[in-house]
Amino acid sequence: MRYLPLTERDRAEMLGAVGVDSIEALFTDVPDAARLDEPVDLPTAKGEIEVERLISRMAARNVAAGSVPFFVGGGLYRHHIPAAVDHLIQRGEFLTSYTPYQPEVSQGTLQYLFEFQTQVALLTGMEVANASLYDGATACAEAAMMANRVTGRRKAVLSGGVHPHYREVCETYARFVGFELLAQDPAPGGGENLAGLVDHDTSCVVVQNPDFYGEARDFSELARICHDAGALLVIVVTEILSLGAIRPPGEMGADIVAAEGQSLGNALNFGGPHVGLFATRDKFVRQMPGRLVGQTVDVAGRRGWVLTLSTREQHIRRDKATSNICTNSGLCALAFAIHLALLGEAGLRRLARLNHAAAVALAERLGRIPGVNLVNRTLFNEFVLQLPRPAAEIVEALAVKGVLAGIPVSRFYPDRKELANLLLVAATEMVITEDMDRLEQGLREILS
Amino acid sequence: MSDWSRAASAHPAEDLALSVETLSGNRGLQIEEKLIFEQDSWGHCGVDLPEPAPFRSRLGGLDRQGAIGLPGLSEPQVVRHFTRLSQKNYAIDSGLYPLGSCTMKHNPRLNEKLARLPGLADIHPLQPISTVPGALELIDTLAHWLKTLTGMPAIALSPAAGAHGELCGIMSIRAALEARGDRRSRVLVPESAHGTNPATAAACGYTVDQIPANVGGRVDRAALEAKLGTDVAALMLTNPNTCGLFENEILDIAAAVHATGAFFYCDGANFNAIVGRVRPADLGIDCMHLNLHKTFSTPHGGGGPGSGPVALGASLAPYAPLPWLVHGEEGLELIEHRTGPAERALGRLKGFHGQMGMFVRALAYMMSHGADGLRQVAEDAVLNANYLRACLQGDLSGPFPGYCMHEVLFDDRFLKDTGVTTLDFAKALIDEGYHPMTMYFPLIVHGALLIEPTETESKASLDQFVTVVKALASAARSGDTARFHAAPIRTPRRRLDETAAARNPVLRWRPEPLRQHAAE
Repeated sequence: MRYLPLTERDRAEMLGAVGVDSIEALFTDVPDAARLDEPVDLPTAKGEIEVERLISRMAARNVAAGSVPFFVGGGLYRHHIPAAVDHLIQRGEFLTSYTPYQPEVSQGTLQYLFEFQTQVALLTGMEVANASLYDGATACAEAAMMANRVTGRRKAVLSGGVHPHYREVCETYARFVGFELLAQDPAPGGGENLAGLVDHDTSCVVVQNPDFYGEARDFSELARICHDAGALLVIVVTEILSLGAIRPPGEMGADIVAAEGQSLGNALNFGGPHVGLFATRDKFVRQMPGRLVGQTVDVAGRRGWVLTLSTREQHIRRDKATSNICTNSGLCALAFAIHLALLGEAGLRRLARLNHAAAVALAERLGRIPGVNLVNRTLFNEFVLQLPRPAAEIVEALAVKGVLAGIPVSRFYPDRKELANLLLVAATEMVITEDMDRLEQGLREILS
Repeated sequence: MSDWSRAASAHPAEDLALSVETLSGNRGLQIEEKLIFEQDSWGHCGVDLPEPAPFRSRLGGLDRQGAIGLPGLSEPQVVRHFTRLSQKNYAIDSGLYPLGSCTMKHNPRLNEKLARLPGLADIHPLQPISTVPGALELIDTLAHWLKTLTGMPAIALSPAAGAHGELCGIMSIRAALEARGDRRSRVLVPESAHGTNPATAAACGYTVDQIPANVGGRVDRAALEAKLGTDVAALMLTNPNTCGLFENEILDIAAAVHATGAFFYCDGANFNAIVGRVRPADLGIDCMHLNLHKTFSTPHGGGGPGSGPVALGASLAPYAPLPWLVHGEEGLELIEHRTGPAERALGRLKGFHGQMGMFVRALAYMMSHGADGLRQVAEDAVLNANYLRACLQGDLSGPFPGYCMHEVLFDDRFLKDTGVTTLDFAKALIDEGYHPMTMYFPLIVHGALLIEPTETESKASLDQFVTVVKALASAARSGDTARFHAAPIRTPRRRLDETAAARNPVLRWRPEPLRQHAAE
């Protein structure tokens, strides 16, 4: 077996050194009844050629986004990833290292995480960010739990504009962790009254910008209302690229930002792995979940980095930890950091403009189709269309024509008839005019 | 001058190594690298993008004003920056990485290649299910392998890491208890457990009750049984445990736990020791997470991303989190809501469907090894650890008698009266070109040194490690302590002041004027 360096001769010698006759002697602590004498009923070993063939066959059965006109978003976006990103993250020193618990031999990981933390703080307009969490949805749930710790309250209000998966993750955590979650009805186009729900028992209000339906919203007034009531404002961002164009959460008065960083450096990957971003104010840093990298000096006085404030964490505090999280999303955070370093300020802003321009153009074209209405007043790179018929069947029909048109909102809310005709459509820099032509033409044909 | 650097001057060779200054500040392959924010590269861009034609903004006046403050670098600058950073890291690719309980095995590159196939990497979890039958097939195949290896009827794939899997397991246990109207308040956790176990139980609203270890390094069964009662929801046990020992009374423990109506959760972090040789279901386990980034070789990536599927017994399977993949009348079906068979499912624990990229890698790993090869993995992992144990037991001190499983535990008695601590010993290993073993864990052993070589180390590699460890132990005993106290000296940085980092946290770069302002 190509991954196992021991030879039969090595094994025999080593068993001799250990002082046993056979490997079985090392498994005698396993109760007889539980010891398998034969391999389990699964295929036997295969070479690279065969494994590659089998898995490639599965891959070939899927419609890759790059092979069709593609307009699916809903919290994950298909962006260009510069070739250098994937090359660099596959360097073995990054790919095959562990959590940087031994800082003297982990300065590479620690320094890029420090850079990542700075990038995330700058992008979100916040004071401090951690070294990443699993994904945006779990970051959102962690934000609500952190708000509970900061305020000593246990009631969170969740906007109907928050991504339905994020909402469902919050509901799961709320049920088992034990806090009240006032999740509002889905609100395409806005129009919900969150301010009226804030009282002196509210730990936080969780909103999303742009919201799940693509609407860019100003939460400055809501921030003021939250703060007057002693509550925190959590702003979720599922399209981090939007912060290259839209006023950041920090400038709207957010206390915590929970975001998905996939758009920078990370492929769609059928939903994972991605990278949760988490940022807050300096004064709350000791209530933050997840790893943090801090600057310090070595015994020779040279600047260096270490994992810090670990007294918040499970390996030190055990049942008193701020969160049970151990892993972060290191390599995805690295991809994010490299992509953003390549873009720089000018590139990020231009990429954001390209996305916005593509979505505005597409929204205008599709909104002119008879029977189709654009629901949004504002948008960044995603929007909702009201169709004359259920969106799910139209998406399927377009898929047959080789166009992946977007996401029917009914996929998240199958029981809500009023949402059945809504279609969520995203356009990024990867969409070309021909793709828009195919979508528009297909939609016109199906609706005519 | 600190104590450490004073200690360094007791060793002339080290003084030389430290005192030879270069003109650039760099030393051979070790290049000092500034932060990207300090590279004076504002306004550059490493990605050529067209400017869009003029269009009417629809941001509703929410345009971002002012500079974000991000530096821009050209591609060669970025590639050089991150390449230089990579050279400051130790990695499995560069050497033995004997971190106990972390299973730092080789990460096959075929897995990386396959995870990047467009048909797997460039697909969206919310595109029509009819366009991703191969993705469902791959997930179902992975589930079949994991169910067969664990003997469990169901597997929840969405948890993003081991600790997330623990959360999933304890939540499903609580859901099952609540469904039978049984409110319980305590979770039992051995003292030797990973910190995530008590943190998870506490996060789910349980009081954590610690179980001591017996003199053999295993759970004290009498103490455990004394703590069992009808208010206990679950026992969380790691097996093999963090002392590297198989819990040989596990069947009796499982029976005792079940007799009180509680569930038996197993932390599967150490599954590498028994994969293909023991099925957790045969041990009476109700629920166990698997770390795909340990046993199944998905890369640790400097601390993630991981993947922590949870194998569930029949009593817990109805409470698996959404989404579910089931075999329906028309083939594989993805259930995303609490309907049909998933009526009692936990809600979502994560966005979308789980860590697909890790599923691909883990499946490629399992297919490569096959049922026979996976069994060999466990055998070689256990043999390698026992070989180290046999070679080192005369020089180091082992707290527990008998053979070990995939990792071998030593305590610091062999360093008694030498003036060298476990930390010093570990740092001295760094100067010898090794990543240290896990230090000071498990907590039940004084000054613990936990060594897990994994099955992907050759005998020659182990022999060289043994030679170095023995020589260091001998150096410590002979009073050559300066090298330990100064260590490491051959690294990009020497010991770092972690106390100062925590006392006055600097968690991001700030431009100079702002930094001064913040200090005022």
